[in-house]
Amino acid sequence: MRIDAKGKLFDALNAEISEHNGELEIDNCLGQRFIAAGASAKQVVINGVPGNALGAYLAGATIEVNGNAQDAVGDTMNAGKIVVRGNVGDAVGYAMRGGAIYISGNAGYRAGIHMKEYREKKPVIVIGGRAGSFLGEYQAGGIIIVLGLHKDGKPILGNFPCAGMHGGKIFLRGDAQRVVFPRQTTRRAASPSDMYEISSYLAEFCDLFKINVREFSRDDFTVVVPNSSNPYKQMYVAN
Amino acid sequence: MAINYIYPEFDVIRDPNRCITCRICERECSNGVHIYDADRKTLRADETKCVDCQRCVATCPTRALKIVKNTCALRENENWHENSIKEIFKQASSGGVLLSSMGAPNPLAVYWERILLNASQVTNPSIDPLREPMETRVFLGRKPSKITRRPDGTLDTTLAPQLELETPIMFSAMSYGSISYNAHASLARAAQELGIFYNTGEGGLHEDFYQYGAHTIVQVASGRFGVHEDYLNAGAAIEIKMGQGAKPGIGGHLPGAKIVGDVSKTRMIPEGSDAISPAPHHDVYSIEDLRQLVFSLKEATRYQKPVIVKVAAVHNIAAIASGIARSGADIIAIDGYRGGTGAAPTRIRDNVGIPIELALASVDKRLRDEGIRNDVSLVVGGSVRNAADVVKAIALGADACYIATAALIALGCHLCRTCQTGRCNWGIATQRAELVKRLDPDEGRRRLVNLLTAWRYEIMEIMGGMGINSIETLRGNRSMLRGVNMTSKELEILGIAHAGE
Amino acid sequence: MQREGQVRIPSGCAISAMISTTGARMTGETIVKSMIPMHDRSNGLGGGFAGYGIYPEYREFYALHVFFDDPSAQYECEKYLKEGYEIVKSESIPIRKIPEITDVPIIWRYFVAPLASVLSRLQLDEHEFVARTVTKINSQFRGAYVFSSGKNMGAFKAVGFPEDVGRFYRLEEYAGYSWTAHGRYPTNTPGWWGGAHPFALLDYSVVHNGEISSYDANRRFIEMFGYRCTLQTDTEVIAYIADYLLRRQGLTLEELASVIAAPFWSELDASESVESSSRAYLRKVFPSLLLTGPFSIVLGFTGGVMALNDRLKLRSMVTASNRDVHYIASEEAAIRAMDPDARNVYSPAGGEPVIIKVEEGAY
Ligand code: SF4
Ligand code: SF4
Repeated sequence: MRIDAKGKLFDALNAEISEHNGELEIDNCLGQRFIAAGASAKQVVINGVPGNALGAYLAGATIEVNGNAQDAVGDTMNAGKIVVRGNVGDAVGYAMRGGAIYISGNAGYRAGIHMKEYREKKPVIVIGGRAGSFLGEYQAGGIIIVLGLHKDGKPILGNFPCAGMHGGKIFLRGDAQRVVFPRQTTRRAASPSDMYEISSYLAEFCDLFKINVREFSRDDFTVVVPNSSNPYKQMYVAN
Repeated sequence: MAINYIYPEFDVIRDPNRCITCRICERECSNGVHIYDADRKTLRADETKCVDCQRCVATCPTRALKIVKNTCALRENENWHENSIKEIFKQASSGGVLLSSMGAPNPLAVYWERILLNASQVTNPSIDPLREPMETRVFLGRKPSKITRRPDGTLDTTLAPQLELETPIMFSAMSYGSISYNAHASLARAAQELGIFYNTGEGGLHEDFYQYGAHTIVQVASGRFGVHEDYLNAGAAIEIKMGQGAKPGIGGHLPGAKIVGDVSKTRMIPEGSDAISPAPHHDVYSIEDLRQLVFSLKEATRYQKPVIVKVAAVHNIAAIASGIARSGADIIAIDGYRGGTGAAPTRIRDNVGIPIELALASVDKRLRDEGIRNDVSLVVGGSVRNAADVVKAIALGADACYIATAALIALGCHLCRTCQTGRCNWGIATQRAELVKRLDPDEGRRRLVNLLTAWRYEIMEIMGGMGINSIETLRGNRSMLRGVNMTSKELEILGIAHAGE
Repeated sequence: MQREGQVRIPSGCAISAMISTTGARMTGETIVKSMIPMHDRSNGLGGGFAGYGIYPEYREFYALHVFFDDPSAQYECEKYLKEGYEIVKSESIPIRKIPEITDVPIIWRYFVAPLASVLSRLQLDEHEFVARTVTKINSQFRGAYVFSSGKNMGAFKAVGFPEDVGRFYRLEEYAGYSWTAHGRYPTNTPGWWGGAHPFALLDYSVVHNGEISSYDANRRFIEMFGYRCTLQTDTEVIAYIADYLLRRQGLTLEELASVIAAPFWSELDASESVESSSRAYLRKVFPSLLLTGPFSIVLGFTGGVMALNDRLKLRSMVTASNRDVHYIASEEAAIRAMDPDARNVYSPAGGEPVIIKVEEGAY
């Protein structure tokens, strides 16, 4: 099923999308918001630039964007997969609890902020290029991988990564020596078991974007984890 | 060097002639105040731990106990109050941020108490509510600004989704985690019986309570705990929590110690991990982003649920409410300065925000000035303590009130203001199984139903006295209100005349 | 009810801009298109545009665009203008009557030059004189409001959705080398045209998205220098700050950016470069001009535009280009609406100014 989004407002477009399960291809997408919000049973391919909050509360559907995506991709997403062949804007995967987001290019500010995991639900974001400031702020679970394949010479991360992080893991390709992490986190070289943990995500990333998986050798990665799941314990006194 | 000691705030007085050494108080006090002295076969008390929750007093079979304010006091000082000094002691020894719970206790203006109600005399009749019809039903939700007709000339009666209330009172948000399973069960069952709504708060919805979905408002806060497809669709409405009256501008923080068992499961985070709600929603940094969040929720639930946006009453509340009204929200909930909390930094609780009465009056006026008051419904909370407060709120312009502290008091809360410790002796603000079971959810339901039934009669009685037999005609009917003990500025903001005028 | 200026009205927004570095003149049609995919960022209570290079035949004259509530307000204002200016042309701004735009005031434009005799008597340079005239009319003349006052540029704004405002003003009939646009989402509606954006003073125009939390600290500082924030909007105070720092203090655009979106001390402390020390210096000298809270702005000026995000980047902004034409917008979709083939899509970091200038002599 193909849908021409040209000139359509977001509510009309989304009503059409929600009526059809199975495979959908949307052409001429231009800024329409909330595409496939809360969707479970469908595969959506988008040609063009989808608007903000793409795949919010996603509950199992698959979304593929041929182009860049804007802000708040996969907001509070619960399950499913979003693939962006391009860059994403700010706050990708905010409060995400499950599923995976693969981005071939860069992510804006606040990627993976307040991502959390629970039991079998473990959200994953793989960013091919670089990530903006505040990566993984308040991160409570899940995995964020930043591969730094960008070519513009800018640093792999912006400022203030992992502030308030109290769960989950961040993987950065390279030694990330120049990045300053907050005190309540620990940075170390990735161990073989760390690498095993992300091997399937790396494989999928390479498969999706046609990259040779051998480009990523194991000692290339840095892992950042929180020291405590109770970062603010000492801060309070009862009154 | 200072000695790190603060004299206990309360004295535990035990009448030895009445005490039969049954040791019930010892079992009842989770703070470990009462200690049995096996040698002397008597009970002793460690007052340093007492929070004056009155549990021991209430359960002592011989009425042998009394908790009184300790008379041992620092030298009186009208500037350096005893509390100010003790707070410095606490911070100097710990280096911590002061943490409190429940609403601000300081004596800041309670405007409800300075507003008096009207009644009919001679010129129009009052109504006897027991024998004549008296309507208290309200519908909360967006109303169309223009009537449309179908091609056949009949009215197009499709309406945006509404919440129907038999009494204009709802239980406001308290999360599972900050209060107990049994407290939630009591609220849910009472809401169902009363035909009103309770609110999950930001901690998700326990699977046992999905059955009360038709009487549940599910909340989406910045931490997005327990938010998923089924949750959003489970309730009758979705509330976006932007702020809370007790701590405007501050996020939430449920310590890992309270994230146990079902709480962890319901929030969908691991046991023992802190549940941190960021101060803002990180997808809402501006008013047009709020529109985005409102519509993303509407899209995800296919426009079947009204969306409530809850904000704290702050200085610019009128403009903020106007923005919310234009963001697609169906209902605006405003939480005032005196609103309760399970835990908030003391300084924030006691110094940030404005009283709900003033916020409500100016929001209602602004929305009317702009001609959009009918587009949205207005729900207010933040220390609505009785039926008269409800009537005054509605006459100032609210559609309905949110209550929480009052509901907890009905469940047994004695306002000891130590919810943050998680050792609530009344089984409310705790997750300890042995304490939780002290609150029987069916008894809790009964008491909540009693409370609101009584309030409803009182509301009807007051309305009848005014000659009003339908709650809609009370809404915004400010001529039913007069002020006393107020400056002309206060009267101007409230939009009411002084008594005698 | 109080209107904008008597009460502070926070608002959110959509912004966009386009500029040709070779000075090629483009009609206003394209910039209007950019607002369509961002419709939901506005709420119909204000939209506007600024075009540069649109009045080449009057390039030596200040173009004053003015709203009047009634003919008597216009009469009073013209009387005052004639005391200090030669008015070379006076005409109503052409509009297209459309149902979406209502309550239309009198919309007039004047091409004026300050009288040399008046300037020498007051010992003022002409920019300062014009700025004072605008401040005086807007704060003291009832029913008159100057909403554009630069040379070879003009702002066009109204209450309505921006795409309708563009049609209303027939922007397709103008051609300029740069354009900025704004769709407004105010938190209430005094329904007053002067409250729409862009906000312009002399040849500076500002379109802005966000609500700064530092507003009153900034306002009370800038008002020390003769500005009057009659609208109480963020945009207005930002325009005055730009005028003050660029024109009166002679800072560069980069330095302006470094004042209003100052780097964090932790960032400055970590570097010992000359640049860092001059940025630290500016932060110490102008602490009251730091803007905090979310904003993304596009500042238009003769021969260029500057786009800037707040230092935490709390608002979104994207840039792109295609040959000589550069684009800026709140959302990439807006850029694609202007030019589906735009390349080099880039999200500037917080506090990182994007400055695009037309080649010298080409405007
Ligand atoms: S804490 Fe409560 S139960 Fe314990 S002694 Fe004090 S009043 Fe009694
Ligand atoms: S809920 Fe419990 S702990 Fe909190 S104030 Fe009431 S009695 Fe005290």
